[in-house]
Amino acid sequence: MTEPAAETTVGVVAHRSRLRTTAETVLRNRLAVFGLVILVLLVLVALAAPLIAPYTINQVDVANRLQGPSSQHWFGTDELGRDVFSRVIIASRVSLQVGFVSVGIALGLGVPVGLIAGYYGGRIDSILMRLMDILFSIPAIVLAIAILAALGPDIVNAMIAIGVVYTPIFARITRGSVLTLRDAVFVQAARSIGASDLRIIGNHVFPNVIAPIIVQTSLSLAFAILAEAALSFLGLGVQPPNPAWGRMLSEGRAFFQRAPWMAIFPGLAIFATVFAFNALGDGLRDALDPQQRSIIESRGRS
Amino acid sequence: MTGFVVRRIGQMALALLGVSVIVFALIHFVPGDPVRTALGTRFDPDVYEALVRRHGLDRPLVIQYFSWLGSALQGDLGVSFRSGQPVTGLVLERLPATLTLAGAALAVALVVGVPLGVVSAVRSGSKLDYIASAVSQVGVSVPDFWAGIMYILLFSLTLGWLPPSGYVSPLVDFTGWLRHLVLPALAVGLVSGSIIFRFVRSAVLEALNQDYVRMARAKGLSRRAVLFDHVLPNAWIPIVTVVGLQLGFLLGGVVVVEIIFAWPGIGRLAYLAVGDRDFTVLQGSVLYIATMFLVINLVVDLLYAWLDPRVRYD
Repeated sequence: MTEPAAETTVGVVAHRSRLRTTAETVLRNRLAVFGLVILVLLVLVALAAPLIAPYTINQVDVANRLQGPSSQHWFGTDELGRDVFSRVIIASRVSLQVGFVSVGIALGLGVPVGLIAGYYGGRIDSILMRLMDILFSIPAIVLAIAILAALGPDIVNAMIAIGVVYTPIFARITRGSVLTLRDAVFVQAARSIGASDLRIIGNHVFPNVIAPIIVQTSLSLAFAILAEAALSFLGLGVQPPNPAWGRMLSEGRAFFQRAPWMAIFPGLAIFATVFAFNALGDGLRDALDPQQRSIIESRGRS
Repeated sequence: MTGFVVRRIGQMALALLGVSVIVFALIHFVPGDPVRTALGTRFDPDVYEALVRRHGLDRPLVIQYFSWLGSALQGDLGVSFRSGQPVTGLVLERLPATLTLAGAALAVALVVGVPLGVVSAVRSGSKLDYIASAVSQVGVSVPDFWAGIMYILLFSLTLGWLPPSGYVSPLVDFTGWLRHLVLPALAVGLVSGSIIFRFVRSAVLEALNQDYVRMARAKGLSRRAVLFDHVLPNAWIPIVTVVGLQLGFLLGGVVVVEIIFAWPGIGRLAYLAVGDRDFTVLQGSVLYIATMFLVINLVVDLLYAWLDPRVRYD
C-alpha cells in the first residue's frame, strides 16, 4: 500500500518543480512581467471601480459637456458631460467579464471535444473535428455577428457568441496534444491495469496537455476582448446606458473633431488590455510550450 | 498529388455543406417570424405573402433547406426582405470594394512583414530585431478599427492630407480612389503585417537553427547563399500558410474597419443587414464570406502540398 503514496509524492515534487521552472522562465521575460503587472492592475481597478470612479457613469452635466482632459475630468467629458475616466474604468468590468466568461465557454466546450476526439480517434474524431472545421471556416467576427443577429443583441448572447467562435481553437490544440500521448507508455500502463477511459483521460491524459491550453487561454483572452470591443462598437454587445469600451468609441466618432479624447481613451484601454494578455501569453508559451507558434494563433484575429 | 487534391476538395465541399446548414438555421433561430420582424412597421400583408411564398417559408424546414441550397448552388440567394433586390446582385456589387481593400491591405502587410521578419531573424538579438519585435507586439494588440479612427483624426481631420471616409470607383477617379484607399488599407494592413512579421521571424529563426544550415555554413557558403538557397526555401511553408489565412480573413471583409471608413464592402453589407433584420442578405453575405475563406484555405493547402511533398503523403 505504500507504493501509490510514493508515486504521489514523486508526482507532487515533479509538479512543483515544473511550476517553479515555469514561473521562473515567465518572470525572466520582461515583456511577460510587464503584461502581468498591467493585468493585475486592471483586475484591481475593475474590482474597485465603483470606489475609484470619481463620478457615477451616468452623471449627466450638460453645462460641462465635451470638456477636454483636466484635473476634474482626467479623460475629459462626453457629449452629455459624463466623466470619460469613470466610464472607462467602469467599462473594464464588462470587458474582463466578457473575456473570462466567453473564454471559459470556449474552454468548457473545446477541451472535452479535443480530449474525446484525440483519445478515441477513428470515426468519433473525424465527426467531431469536421464539425469544428465548419465553425472554424466562418471568420470569427462574422460568425459572432450572425449568432447575435439570431439571438438578439445582448451581453450574455455576446459571451455565448464569442465562446462558440473560439471553441474550435481549443478543440484543435487539445486534440493535437492528446494524439501525441495516446500511445504513451503511462497511458498503456493505465489501460493494462484496467483503468476506465474516463479515469485515463482525466487523471493521465489531461494533466499532460494542460500547458498548451494555458498558453492558448491567455492569447484567447486577448482575442475575446478585441471581439467584445468590435461587437459593442457595432451596438451588438452591452446595451446603453451601460458603458463598454467599444460603444464609447463608436459614440465618440460623432464628436471626433471637437472631442477626440472620447475616442482616444477607450481605445487605449482596449489596447492596454489586449497587449497585456498577448505579452503574458507569449511569455507563457516560451516557458511552457516553446514548440508551438501555431497557425491557429493567427486565426484568432480573423 | 491527385489523391490529395481530390480528398482536400471533398473536405471543403463537406465543410461548405455544414456552413450552409448553419447559415440556413440562423434565420430560424430568430424568435418569432423573421419576415414579420424584417418588415416591422412597414408591414403589408401582400408584401408579406409574396416574401413568404418566394422563399417557401410555409413549407417544412427540410424541404426549405434543400430548395434554398439548390437555388444557392445556382447562384440564387433569394431577395432582400427589405428592398426586394436579388441578394446575389447585392453581394456582387460589394465585391470590387472588398477585393480592393483586401489586396491593398495584403500588399501593405507583405511589404512590412516579410522583409522585416527575415532581417529580424537573421540579426536576431540586434537592436533592429528588438525594436521590430516590440512594434509588432503593439501591432497585434491594437484594434484595427481604433487605429482607423486615429488615422482619420491625424491624417484627415488634423493634417487634411487624405479623405476621412468613402469610396470612389477607380474608373471614375483613379487618384480619388487611391486617396480613399490609403487609410483603411493601412489600418488593416499594419495589423496583418504584424502577424505576418511574427510568423516570418520565427519560421526563419527555426530554419536558421537546422543542421543543414550549419552544414552549408561549414562548407564555406556565403551568408547570402545560405539565406537564399537554404533558409528561405524551408521557411516558405509556414509563411504561405499564414499569408493565406490573412488573405482569407481580409477577403471576408473587415467589418468594423469598413464601417468606420464607410467602405462599401461585404462586411458592411452583412452588418447593415443585421440592423435592418434583412436575414436573406445576412445569409447571403455570410455564405459568401465563408466560401471565400474555405476556397483560400484550399488553395493554401494545395500550395503547401506542392511546396512540401511530405504533406501529400501524410
